[in-house]
Amino acid sequence: MRSLLPIITICAAIIAIWYAGTIRMNAQWEYDQAERAGVEIPFTEMVANTMSQERPMLPAPHQVAAEIWETTAEKKLTSKRSLVWHSWITLSATLLGFAFGAILGIALAVGIVHSRAMDRSVMPWVIASQTIPILALAPMFIVVLNALNVEGAVAKAAISTYLSFFPVVVGMVKGLRAPDQMQLDLMRTYNASASATFWKLRLPSSLPFLFPSLKIAAAASLIGAVVAEMTLSQDGGLGARLLNGSYYGQTMMIWAALIAASLLAGVLVAMIGGAGKATMKRMGMGR
Amino acid sequence: MIPIRHWIVVTVSLVGTALLFLGAFLTLPAAGEPAPGYLWVALIGAWIIAWKSVSVVAEVFDGRRAATPAAALIFGITLLLIWEIVVRGAQISPVILPPPSAIAARFAASTDILWADFLQTAKGVFAGYFIGCTVGFLAAIAIDRSPFLTRGLLPIGNLVAALPIIGVAPIMVMWYGFDWHSKAAVVIIMCFFPMLVNTVEGLQAADRMQKDLMRTYAASYGQTLMKLRLPAAAPFIFNGLKICSTLALIGAIVAEFFGTPIVGMGFRISTEVGRMNVDMVWAEIAVAAIVGSAFYGAVALIERAVTFWHPSQRG
Repeated sequence: MRSLLPIITICAAIIAIWYAGTIRMNAQWEYDQAERAGVEIPFTEMVANTMSQERPMLPAPHQVAAEIWETTAEKKLTSKRSLVWHSWITLSATLLGFAFGAILGIALAVGIVHSRAMDRSVMPWVIASQTIPILALAPMFIVVLNALNVEGAVAKAAISTYLSFFPVVVGMVKGLRAPDQMQLDLMRTYNASASATFWKLRLPSSLPFLFPSLKIAAAASLIGAVVAEMTLSQDGGLGARLLNGSYYGQTMMIWAALIAASLLAGVLVAMIGGAGKATMKRMGMGR
Repeated sequence: MIPIRHWIVVTVSLVGTALLFLGAFLTLPAAGEPAPGYLWVALIGAWIIAWKSVSVVAEVFDGRRAATPAAALIFGITLLLIWEIVVRGAQISPVILPPPSAIAARFAASTDILWADFLQTAKGVFAGYFIGCTVGFLAAIAIDRSPFLTRGLLPIGNLVAALPIIGVAPIMVMWYGFDWHSKAAVVIIMCFFPMLVNTVEGLQAADRMQKDLMRTYAASYGQTLMKLRLPAAAPFIFNGLKICSTLALIGAIVAEFFGTPIVGMGFRISTEVGRMNVDMVWAEIAVAAIVGSAFYGAVALIERAVTFWHPSQRG
């Protein structure tokens, strides 16, 4: 692990900058408090105080860690205050949307590769569909889907699906077209049918493209779920925690939710990466 | 040259599609009445013929520049027409899905509001985009000199790209207030890492041979950077700029959900949804789609002008 040391160094630098930022952002409040009390506050005491404010502008890393510990390990899992409970709500919507998006994306890619009309007419609209900032329209889609009596989790998953199908389509189209003319000609000399060519040549050669696309799709899917939850906040979820935190000025709650969401994203991406590596290895493409 | 019989085939299929759509329009019932069955027959027929004409156009113009735009245009117009006929024929409540004509009417009637919203949001988008991309670019050039930092930053940058950074929006609104500055801050944070990672990767794109050549010329670091490595990195840099252009618009609009002065696209979307004015929301969607496509298109055009030598631009 040649790059372990540099990564650790960078992480340490980020945490150091975070602590410095904590002192800088929270100092004003400490000085104001001291002035109101009519006392002069020494610098060292001010620095110590900025680390333990009740509602800091920027909480220190250890405060956020304490908040996460408190809301995960020390609360019952079913409690509405448990971060695990909220994370599970977000994760379930994410996974549902991700599954739909991946299936839709693969199906569209197969159609695009096999039909010239679909390639010419659908592909530009797949690209155009992504210029609509769907995240920004999440509130409307949630309201509309609500009016159609669609359940909350499914409505959130719909947004995730919309975000996650695109990278899969693009990646899979590229992947399914990856076999070169030579290989396609060989299939032809075998008198292989279109489906045999698909299952034995195109699909296997698309897998190295599929897994990176799935990683992007999973990350996008999570973002979709979190933003949808900002609208559908009565159902809970990490997005709802962000919104409530911002309403009540609970900065620690916001940061804890952010870290939880980041961990979810990291774990999802790492799992897909691991699955991709294992698959490549079994197919003899691993390095 | 396209043979004349191809022109005839294309014209006939297009006219057929148009006639069937016209027929479907004429049989649309008045509001409150159920649609007659033959409306749906005409609609399905129109859809099939439109589909056919797309494949005809795709085949006849195959390999010509106009093929993709023409097919896409026919597909898009078909989609809008079907949307209009289905919404009006099936009497779908305008709260759920307004017909395109109603959205167009609302768009035309409220251009002043849409323009004001656009101006407010654009300030955050473009200020953030410009600063975020510049800082990411400069940071990449700075850390590129140290292989140690590059090795540490690339995995972290890739990880950060997967994180829901948009969640910092409430924090930025808390720090920098309701006006466009907080939106610009969100956009800066969202643009920084994609730009950094892409630029760093791009700077490694120049191959050994070319770098050695610069060395035999006794080129300085600055000369190598300006004459070889930055041009070689341009495709990657533009990739980053394109990714950031879509992120910037989304970031600014979502940040507006957490508080704005009473103007801005995100503000308008969230309030009009609350008041069930869905056609106004769709008008904002249209603005967002136009602005998003134009922004992306502008970056792509600049890319074409700057990296005209790259294989991906010569196809």
